Amino acid sequence: MANTIGEPAHAVRVRGLRKQYHGKTAVDGIDLDIERGEVFALLGPNGAGKTTTVEILEGHRRRDDGEVSVLGIDPAGANRAWRARIGIVPQSDWATGELTVREMVAQYSAYFPRPRDPDEVIAAVGMTDQAGKRLRRLSGGQRRRVDVAIGIVGRPELLFLDEPTTGFDPQARRQFWELISELSHDGTTILLTTHYLDEAEALARRVAVLAGGRIAALGTPADLGGAADEATVSWLTPDGTRSVQTTTPTQFVMQLAGSSGEEIPGLSVTRASLEDRYLELIEAADGQEPASGKIGATR
Amino acid sequence: MIAAAPEAGRIQPEPAAGRLPSVLRQAGVRGLVEVKLFFRQREAVVFTFALPIILLLLFGEIFHGQIGHTGVSFRQYFIAGITASGLMSTTFVSLGVSLAADRDDGTLTRLAGTPLSPVGYFAGKAILAFVVALLEIVALLAVGVGVLGLHLPSTSGRWLTLAWVLVLGAATCSLLGLAVSSAVKANTRSAVAVMNLPYLVLSFISGVYFVFSNLPTGLQRVAAIFPLKWICQGMRSVFLPNSFQIQEAAHSWELGRIALVLGAWLVASLLICIRTFRWQGMDRR
Repeated sequence: MANTIGEPAHAVRVRGLRKQYHGKTAVDGIDLDIERGEVFALLGPNGAGKTTTVEILEGHRRRDDGEVSVLGIDPAGANRAWRARIGIVPQSDWATGELTVREMVAQYSAYFPRPRDPDEVIAAVGMTDQAGKRLRRLSGGQRRRVDVAIGIVGRPELLFLDEPTTGFDPQARRQFWELISELSHDGTTILLTTHYLDEAEALARRVAVLAGGRIAALGTPADLGGAADEATVSWLTPDGTRSVQTTTPTQFVMQLAGSSGEEIPGLSVTRASLEDRYLELIEAADGQEPASGKIGATR
Repeated sequence: MIAAAPEAGRIQPEPAAGRLPSVLRQAGVRGLVEVKLFFRQREAVVFTFALPIILLLLFGEIFHGQIGHTGVSFRQYFIAGITASGLMSTTFVSLGVSLAADRDDGTLTRLAGTPLSPVGYFAGKAILAFVVALLEIVALLAVGVGVLGLHLPSTSGRWLTLAWVLVLGAATCSLLGLAVSSAVKANTRSAVAVMNLPYLVLSFISGVYFVFSNLPTGLQRVAAIFPLKWICQGMRSVFLPNSFQIQEAAHSWELGRIALVLGAWLVASLLICIRTFRWQGMDRR
């Protein structure tokens, strides 16, 4: 798939991306290829370098090193015509807002050459009933939807979503996921950052796990859940808990039962979930990269 | 429920080809938004308009009588000075603070993601400043004429001077305020201090509250570097009789020179804005 680099088929192409803040490495050599029409998730704990990476791709932050091409253009020197082709939903929340939802979305539509109809976009994010309300009076989740409306009103080819559902209640997240699926279905390329595994799993065709500024794993959510045929059998012995990893857990348990002839105390058989795999990757990166410090798993 | 399911062709991401909206159109859209936002903040509106009016009434009450033997009352002198300083306050100070506020509340971050040109953004601010400055001058004149019995400009030539000094002064002070705020990169709170300090100092040395030619020569020279002194002088040429020119440092209104100095500041401020402005703090953090 992504073997011929720099083809127009790629919405995003990154090679050897690096970024430091005051001597602290935030992004430590990232390679990425995101195809057109793909939903791609950058997954990782806080401080893993997700936002820095995305902000460099958006042209909002300079890089120290590496090659970056977004829609065929280096974002560091991007012009207004390029801006018209991307949509951004940044991480930060609004501090104020005396405009109504409709005024806000209409304002942003006016900056783009071929915008979507503001009322249709407001409907698409499920805010029609609040269209006349001022932003200040909205809940956090509702303001986030307005952000999404602003992000898509310019009819972007590529949409950046930086932790879009943080602070959403479960129902709002489901609705949001549906919206993203619709956009993707219609051909918009989407780059999503998140620290929710279920979100990456539900939305993304491919996921990159970012830890300590590096890509620790890359693949489909199913691939990453990965060694799913391997299971862990654990039980209690007089010396404490013992665990064995095996691809044949049934056989192993039968053997175990055969040798003692009784109920096995504390027996459990578990399979690694995407979450286990994810935590493993992050811990591994943590051990390997003590210098990059504050990688607290957030879950 | 995502309200409307995507009907065919509704959310097609066809390449966003086509011409970008002109800077003029973007500026108009942004200007309208700025004006709406300003007038929806009641406290700010009241404060902005009340302050110069209160100052005018106070000074009108405190200082009676004439300036020397010029036949010009202190009150008539103040209407020129306070009009000028009100102009600077609604442009230089307000816009400097509002740029910092846009940076702090996420507005700049969001605008940065669009094809809005920085010039369109600045022009939107200037439109707001111009609207507010115009309304403030109207309010000051209404109070001055109605309460203090002051005289409106007497000839069409003077109205014309008022118009160009207002437009050029507002544009210059707007851009200068944006330039200072952009260069200093202050947050909202510190911006209030950063913008008010030069404004207050200039108000005292530029002939707003004191007859300019009575100030120490050194201060006069300093004031002559900055725009406010020239805006005041322009306003005096609008509101005071020509006989008062003898009191001016140059014994003349120096209208040409006013235009020249303000024009130079306008260009310099524009250059500083372009050089220092960033949609957001790149490489901050």
